[in-house]
Amino acid sequence: MTVATAQDNSSKTLLEVRGLKKYFPIKKGLLRRTAGYVKAVDDVSFSIRQGETLGLVGESGCGKTTTSRTAIGLYPATGGQVLFHSAEHGDLVDLAALSRKQLKPVRREISMVFQDPINALNPRMSVGDIIREPLKVHGLDQGSTTDAEIEVLLEAVGLRAEHIDRYPHEFSGGQRQRIGIARALALNPSLVLLDEPVSALDVSIQAQTLNLLLDLQTSRGLTYLFVAHDLSVVEYISDRVAVMYVGRLVELAKVDDLFNTPKHPYTEALLSAVPRPDPRNPARKIELQGQVADPANPPSGCHFHSRCPYARDVCKQDKPELREVKPEHFVACHFAEELELLGVSSPASAKPSLPTSS
Amino acid sequence: MTQTSTLSTPQVTPSQPLLEVRDLKVQFDVQRGTVRALDGVSFQIQPGTTLGLIGESGSGKSVTARAIMRLLAKNARIVSGDILFKQPSQDPNQATNQDAVNIIKLDPNGKHIRTLRGGNIAMIFQEPMSSLTPVYSAGVHINESLQIHTNAKRTVGAQLEWAIKHTQKLSNSEARRIAINLLDRVGIPRAAQSIDSYPHQLSGGQRQRVMIAVALSCNPSLLIADEPTTALDVTTQSQINSLIKDIQQEYNMAVLYITHDLGVIAEVAQDVAVMYLGRIVETGQVDDIFYAPKHPYTQALLESIPRLGKVRGERLSTIKGMVPDPFSVPSGCPFHDRCPQMMPGLCDVTVPSLKHVTANQQAACLLYEDSDDVTLSSHQVDMTHTTSESQLSGSQVSGSQVSGSQVSGSQPDESHV
Amino acid sequence: MTVTNTLKKATPKKSKTVRQSYWQLAWWRFKKNRLAVVGAVIVIGFYVICGLFAEFFAPYSLAHLSDYLEAPPQQLQFIDQAGNFRLRPFVYGYSEVVDMQQMRRFYEVDTSVTYDVYFWVRGEPYRLFGVIPGDIHLFGTDAANPDAHLFLFGTDRLGRDMFSRILYGGRLSLLIGLIGQLLTLIFGVTLGAISGYYGGLVDNLVQRSTEFLSAFPDIPLFLALAAAIPPQWSPIAVYFMLTIILSFVRWGSLARQVRGLVLSLREREYVLAARSFGSSDRAILFRHLIPGTLSHVIVIATLSIPGMILAETALSFLGLGLRPPLTSWGVLLQEVSTVRAIRFAPWLLIPVPFIITAILGFNMLGDGLRDALDPYSRN
Repeated sequence: MTVATAQDNSSKTLLEVRGLKKYFPIKKGLLRRTAGYVKAVDDVSFSIRQGETLGLVGESGCGKTTTSRTAIGLYPATGGQVLFHSAEHGDLVDLAALSRKQLKPVRREISMVFQDPINALNPRMSVGDIIREPLKVHGLDQGSTTDAEIEVLLEAVGLRAEHIDRYPHEFSGGQRQRIGIARALALNPSLVLLDEPVSALDVSIQAQTLNLLLDLQTSRGLTYLFVAHDLSVVEYISDRVAVMYVGRLVELAKVDDLFNTPKHPYTEALLSAVPRPDPRNPARKIELQGQVADPANPPSGCHFHSRCPYARDVCKQDKPELREVKPEHFVACHFAEELELLGVSSPASAKPSLPTSS
Repeated sequence: MTQTSTLSTPQVTPSQPLLEVRDLKVQFDVQRGTVRALDGVSFQIQPGTTLGLIGESGSGKSVTARAIMRLLAKNARIVSGDILFKQPSQDPNQATNQDAVNIIKLDPNGKHIRTLRGGNIAMIFQEPMSSLTPVYSAGVHINESLQIHTNAKRTVGAQLEWAIKHTQKLSNSEARRIAINLLDRVGIPRAAQSIDSYPHQLSGGQRQRVMIAVALSCNPSLLIADEPTTALDVTTQSQINSLIKDIQQEYNMAVLYITHDLGVIAEVAQDVAVMYLGRIVETGQVDDIFYAPKHPYTQALLESIPRLGKVRGERLSTIKGMVPDPFSVPSGCPFHDRCPQMMPGLCDVTVPSLKHVTANQQAACLLYEDSDDVTLSSHQVDMTHTTSESQLSGSQVSGSQVSGSQVSGSQPDESHV
Repeated sequence: MTVTNTLKKATPKKSKTVRQSYWQLAWWRFKKNRLAVVGAVIVIGFYVICGLFAEFFAPYSLAHLSDYLEAPPQQLQFIDQAGNFRLRPFVYGYSEVVDMQQMRRFYEVDTSVTYDVYFWVRGEPYRLFGVIPGDIHLFGTDAANPDAHLFLFGTDRLGRDMFSRILYGGRLSLLIGLIGQLLTLIFGVTLGAISGYYGGLVDNLVQRSTEFLSAFPDIPLFLALAAAIPPQWSPIAVYFMLTIILSFVRWGSLARQVRGLVLSLREREYVLAARSFGSSDRAILFRHLIPGTLSHVIVIATLSIPGMILAETALSFLGLGLRPPLTSWGVLLQEVSTVRAIRFAPWLLIPVPFIITAILGFNMLGDGLRDALDPYSRN
């Protein structure tokens, strides 16, 4: 578990997750005895550096949402450490070890943006009250001065100051997401967990929102943990990307390395499955057999072995550890060095070049 | 409307479209007023091909699908238009002189539309087996609304066998045998056992496979797939899409594939229609749409999506603003207030109609309004690419030109209302 | 620390455009629903006339006993014996006739005696809300003439004016509905919300006790509880006890509904958002969850007040609820529970249309509220 401590000397580590575990008990029978565990997060380690974006991808049920929420202390962890560099505490704190009360000051430094712009905003509260709520919770609401701050914030996310008195139902999906982003920024956090922030938005709105997130990152020095299933979006926004499969990290690398020279067969298959808006260069599809394993009853050894086209006997028995095969490229595969896997590195010329419209 | 049908009758060509939608207008009556969900939609699908219908929310793509199935909500009205479907006859002797049925003219609850739905046109949805109350039996659903799919309390086999028996009048054991074969065909592992499982025991991808099996059970000539993979993961999505492609060839089905995902469209469709606010703004072959898009909306849409392999750090270009509220659709071209090439005094006044920009590409944009010839010469590069194809499908083009000019004739009046 | 440090001071430019808050929108939607408005008018009318100002609207007090026992309703007249139209309405007096064969007494209209009906008359003194003294009644007969009487809905066995009794009876029946429902709300919403939000042991406890309560058949439970009220208690104490009993039996179903709502609201991402920036459970419960159920609860409450009123009516009718001298609609109906009364004094059934109207009013109002309070109904 020596994984991923920051090596880049220019930026320090903001959040370091070590051997994180989150098990959900399966209750059975009349007495609700625990019959087993769903290992939603099973020994996951990664770190996020100040100012970077770490993308966390995987298919539904792989545990990426649970991982991210446990990693910011929203869910209590079953095991492991979450070391957060807290400005409030002036030091490293282990979020997994703190009580809810102790966590409260740290909450100001970590915020969240959600997927569903309808569910994430209370329909009965005005936009101003929605953004004011986190300030209120921390006793920072100062009436009219706060109003002015909220108006500035609204403008910063591309809304208008007079929207402060409106209600969520008056906005479109993209605007609601902006309100959610404004709320996430109200406490001026250092780390923002973006949980599928654009997947519920229309295509033309996605780009606006992604650009906004990048602008805010630059202007406010934010660090993002970006959870998504859409690989093209993740590639666009992330500095480094972690791929999850059934509760474990299978690969973690810089975005270019991961997309161009993936080292894990699952990453390869995932990349090949992404539909490309380019009819002349369709991806060579690697069709996986079967379906994502059940995290309550995962396969032995490497969780992916039953679907892996390269699997050998050893994969059925031994769990591969996440190890660094190249600088800053971590893979959990026994044959990471041997396999020649296909990335997305399509030559630039093959990209559809649009006519500059007349 | 009578004019339209007289125009189309002389078009006796080998590639008569399987489905032709002409100037379809659908309105929804809600308390706040009337929403023009579809405002003059025209397109055709050739037998055995896939038309990708792409659009953002509110563009009317799902309404189009439901209008074809005559499954519109109660507050929807089909104001005008034709939906001509060439129904293959069971009797081979009649097949030649079989005229296309106009689905608009059918009683939405009548027997004819039900035989079409159950037999010739099948539909698969975004959320397989989740949209219905489990109170009704699967049979009721087939009869009533084609939402066959979704009885959570019946096994997969029971539902599939019912569909088979309903359409093919077979014995129980025969139907079961066919059902197992179908499940096997759509890639359900251990079909003979899986047939007795309940929907909740299957994964999302498998449920969609079962839905495809149910759709196939009636041997349709047209499959309408309304966002069939939107709820699925990428790897599953790619499996389902390649399944749809395979069975399309095997059964020689035409597919109307509705999605908001440009990537998916590029992989599944031969022809593409781009919708915006209840209108088709551009149609063409998939290659033209992606490499030589003509309508500013299509261009902007293609520019705004993140693509794998795109240089990182580049800002995505965006479309300003958002899709307008259906109650406040802008005057003139519905896209004009978001359009980077908006021509003041023109685009905000005149409603553009779908016109040929190249031989087999149409766009509804005033940039191309002045003269077809001028526009063609300004895109010579594209021309060289498209002319060769236009020769191949020249007959198809002439057919669509007729309907295209029909649309342009009727629309300006509508805009003043 | 907060937004201030990183952001330049904004020039607050508040536009004065009319913004529609959630409640304004709801009000707007409500106004558009004609049936709901009718229901609201009925309900408010009943509460104003019976609940607040029965003393003023009723010509007689509850204690007023006249000499006319079971007299039929007097009809307002505008045309006198001579055939002249008179603007001032009047009623004819009664003459008492004794039927020796049936051994009963009845009244015949005596057209020789007329009593003018006046508005805004001085009559029996009363204290409005128990405090404000007054003696003005909306209408009545000349106080100077002690023989004059006005029984629009007839009189009962003891010679009391039915019209006045219906108004006073309505007061108790409607109040028992309102107060009882209020108590139910307090029990139901609090326990339901806690049960839904915390889950676990608390949830189990609340759920089991509601199940326990709902497993009892209603009427026997009422009977047992009502029978347990000591007979020597004052009627007012009985009244409050009855209210508590009614709400005690009924909070369970409301608690279940609130729990269900909270369970679904708890999963909303805005609740998770609140937790993510450190809101306490209490804050989440009171800022998000309970307000979230509010519209639903208002609707349920409105729709179940009729049930309360009917339950009171039924209990009193069975003789287990309110007892004379208290007057409620149920008590009034109890008095017509004999065939004899229905045969010879059918006007004693006049409370029935009042009960029906009030209950229909509540239902129309409740339905209207349900449509108006849904925040996502856009129309």
